[in-house]
Amino acid sequence: MTTRLVGQKVPRVEDQRFLRGGGKYVDDVLVGATTLHAAVLRSPHAHARVVEIDVEDVLDVEGVHLVWTYEDLADAAVMPATMAEPLPLLIPHPALTHGRTQYALAKDEVNYVGEAVAFVVASDRYVAEDALARIRVTYDFLPPVVGVDAARAATNLVHDDVPGNVGARLEQTVGDAPAAIAAAPHRLALDLTVERSACMPLEGRGTVARWDPDSGRLTMWTSTQTASGVRAAVAVKLGLDLGQVDVLTPDTGGGFGVKINHPWPEELLVPMAAKVLGRPVKFTEDRREHFISSAHERGQVQHVEVGFDDDGRLLGLDVEFWHDHGAYTPYGLIVPIITSTQLLGPYKPGAYRVVFESLYTNTVMVTPYRGAGRPQGVYAMERTMDAIAAYLGKDRTEVRAVNFIQPDEFPYDHQMVFQDGRPLVYDSGDYPQSLEKIKALVGWDEFTAVRDAARAEGRTVGIGLACYVEGTGVGPYEGAHVHVETSGKVKVATGLTTQGQGHATVFAQLVADELGCRFEDVEVVTGDTRRMPYSVGTFASRAAVMSGSAIHLAAKRAKEKALRIAADALEADEGDLEIVDGIVSVRGAPGSSISLGTVAVLSNPLRYAFDEASKAATQFTVGDPGRPPVAEDDEPGLEGKDFYSPERSTFASGMHAVIVETDPETCEIRILKYAVVHDCGHLLNPMIVEGQVHGGVAQGIGGALYERMEYDESGQLLNASFMDFLMPYVTEVPDGIDIDHLETPSPLNPLGIKGAGEAGVIPSAAVFASAIEDAEGFPITAMPISPSDLFALRQQHAAGASGAPDPSRPSDPSDQEDR
Amino acid sequence: MDTSITLTVDGRRHDVVVDTRTTLLDALRERLAVTSAKKGCDHGQCGSCTVLLEGRRHLTCLTLAVAHDGDEIVTAAGVSALEGGAGDDAPTSLHPLQEAFLAHDGLQCGYCTPGQVCSAIGMLDEAKQGHPSHVTDDLEESVDPADLDDDEVRERMSGNLCRCGAYGGIVDAIREVAGGAPREGQPDRPAQPEREAAR
Repeated sequence: MTTRLVGQKVPRVEDQRFLRGGGKYVDDVLVGATTLHAAVLRSPHAHARVVEIDVEDVLDVEGVHLVWTYEDLADAAVMPATMAEPLPLLIPHPALTHGRTQYALAKDEVNYVGEAVAFVVASDRYVAEDALARIRVTYDFLPPVVGVDAARAATNLVHDDVPGNVGARLEQTVGDAPAAIAAAPHRLALDLTVERSACMPLEGRGTVARWDPDSGRLTMWTSTQTASGVRAAVAVKLGLDLGQVDVLTPDTGGGFGVKINHPWPEELLVPMAAKVLGRPVKFTEDRREHFISSAHERGQVQHVEVGFDDDGRLLGLDVEFWHDHGAYTPYGLIVPIITSTQLLGPYKPGAYRVVFESLYTNTVMVTPYRGAGRPQGVYAMERTMDAIAAYLGKDRTEVRAVNFIQPDEFPYDHQMVFQDGRPLVYDSGDYPQSLEKIKALVGWDEFTAVRDAARAEGRTVGIGLACYVEGTGVGPYEGAHVHVETSGKVKVATGLTTQGQGHATVFAQLVADELGCRFEDVEVVTGDTRRMPYSVGTFASRAAVMSGSAIHLAAKRAKEKALRIAADALEADEGDLEIVDGIVSVRGAPGSSISLGTVAVLSNPLRYAFDEASKAATQFTVGDPGRPPVAEDDEPGLEGKDFYSPERSTFASGMHAVIVETDPETCEIRILKYAVVHDCGHLLNPMIVEGQVHGGVAQGIGGALYERMEYDESGQLLNASFMDFLMPYVTEVPDGIDIDHLETPSPLNPLGIKGAGEAGVIPSAAVFASAIEDAEGFPITAMPISPSDLFALRQQHAAGASGAPDPSRPSDPSDQEDR
Repeated sequence: MDTSITLTVDGRRHDVVVDTRTTLLDALRERLAVTSAKKGCDHGQCGSCTVLLEGRRHLTCLTLAVAHDGDEIVTAAGVSALEGGAGDDAPTSLHPLQEAFLAHDGLQCGYCTPGQVCSAIGMLDEAKQGHPSHVTDDLEESVDPADLDDDEVRERMSGNLCRCGAYGGIVDAIREVAGGAPREGQPDRPAQPEREAAR
């Protein structure tokens, strides 16, 4: 037998191409003079009425082929009526009582800086941008609403018909939390904030479309996390049959969540223009466009009240938070629902009440960014755990341990509804063991000595810990198609897309193991609706769980068929056959064998031979003349197709710990050690999982220490460039990240796996806040934290020590009422 | 205004007419269909468009094509043909630095990778020529690529963003090719205490 590949650190098959610059990202497709280039005029104002758009000066610019405003979208002579409607509200929810989406080009009003106002297609991007500069738009300014506080104050409204700027209010309760808190021996209240950040893939958004008038088909390449979603939306909006639209997503230069949004205005305007002009049209956004007109995440204001006993055991938890969702809500309430449910982490909350308001502001919309609301939830819960430990004078790990769901309590039902509309039921986990591992890995119990030694040298160090549980592998389904060609090559297709997760490698590992073919013979295609039209997309750490399981099942079907045909051909019993390296043979009789390629030939009864091998399947060679060549319950071809659709999500978990040093003068925060214990069930490829963890931690460091979207009061994003929005370079990421794995299998899928893509970033804000608080000795309640923020906090607390009130310190809520 | 220029890219000579305001990156990608240099920001802030220009690493988005008439450019697609590489530019042959990226998992989505590869090759060559960096302690002493520690490698690669965060693998790959001791065998950040003291 060959070694099983699942569980091995198999090097990635896609890397050769990438290393030579051979990755095919959307902007690398249809390069050449026949392709026209699009540019979008964007609103320079956060909130204004569009009075008039004058495109007269553009029309005679040499090289300009087309200019559209909303008026053109509403022109029934050119456009299907659907183009004039607002973009789809992708995920409706009963609580989203005031959902709003934008138009492909602004109609009457703009609600954020960056909103699309006009669209130009020209011979190249230079000319297209020149043309944009000639468009004259008259705006009537409206007062902008920027930030959660302004949204809540509702002095001004983002949308006239949305009272209080409240898009949705959602409450979930388990038991009577306020009563449990009132009756608890101890109570605390915390006010917390998290700033906005963004995914920032190095490849921005991009779309190329080609219309073939002869076949009446549209081919579209787009940088998305859901090719099938774009296909469905484009077909509906452009008034085409689904069968007329093919969407391909070759390589994607990172997604991290933002590219799950669809259709972007450009994903409708570009194919429409290609159809109208009869020429391929390409749109590739620039970096500033990505900053101001794609999507952000994270911004929340939170208020936590908690009641607990002498051991720190939660008796009641009452959480209220305000979520800034920007100007529009195409992605529904997914982010705040995840915050409100995943906040619970590995803990039993006692009675729980959570209520959020999802608020409109005149800023770019907020949709999932890696972690998707979990980082904020974990931050709220872990800040609370630390506050309880500080209040009781207990070790932070002890307080967490008394609240853990125990290994024998799975499946654990939180009696809430998760983001997929299904019950929040954890499938498996082992949190006490994770805690032991992280303590050992970071040296938790030895840290007092480390701290003392540092102090003796005049250095300040702190240690922090944060735990999370992550619902992964969200439904509804994914599918896979495994096709063994007569050459013996195995072609695998699954519909979701790939943004660097190494799907071509991991999925090939699964097929090689299950089918028994050579790993090198497997070729995996993702994100091509021609190859697998039924699909959902890549988000919520779901690709390995969903498509991995589907591929495993499809390969199993292909194998069953191969064995059946081979048993006939070899006149052997199916049970005596094995497939190794693409050869089916009778166990113990190696002379009696047949290759998978030949089995594929035999699987397809032929009238016409096309080569030597295929002669074996022609009508005078094979088949029982007394039976149909293809049996009633069979199909020609050596293929397997299957779908995987789990009842509910599978819950991965983990714990991070960090040791930081804070500079006494510059307030620089340096990472001395970063440790991760991670449990995503069985590991399919540990190298890829570790890469995902490393990458997540790097983004988490950015989110905790550097990255924030700086909007001014007029709604201008002041730091819309890589010079000003500080993402970690190699210089900001620690030398080594210590990783230990726990493999608690999921009972929900055939591989026993859980998602791993987002984990690394989820506890970052929480773990850094914990460590910096430990180092500095005062509460950290706002993240991210820059050296300037830390400097201000030090000054504030130095003043506080001499008698001034301390607004950021957690307080007893009953005390608060007395004041 | 159009002007005619000649560029040699990965060993192939191209004569091309460009609008004088065309950046070198756009000339490569849009006019010559050389897509191995990627555009991440177009502002010289991410490093994805880095190539070897007349032997030195160079951002192609911040320079005009007409300024490089007659120049020789090597992209990630052509580095295997360089000295120290496999000596050919077959689509499957890799430069040792690319092999090391593969072995150390120094990439995920691959978008920044061509720039990282060119930057790393250029950086090691700079070190070989004795160029100091911002964190080099002794400017008088000659630099040897094999002696570059983590901080040196990081500082010298600090112009290349990787949003996937594959930095650990990138540093490991570069150190392996530089010929220095691998990261694993080393005490934690050996160069740091001295610099801390110096501050």
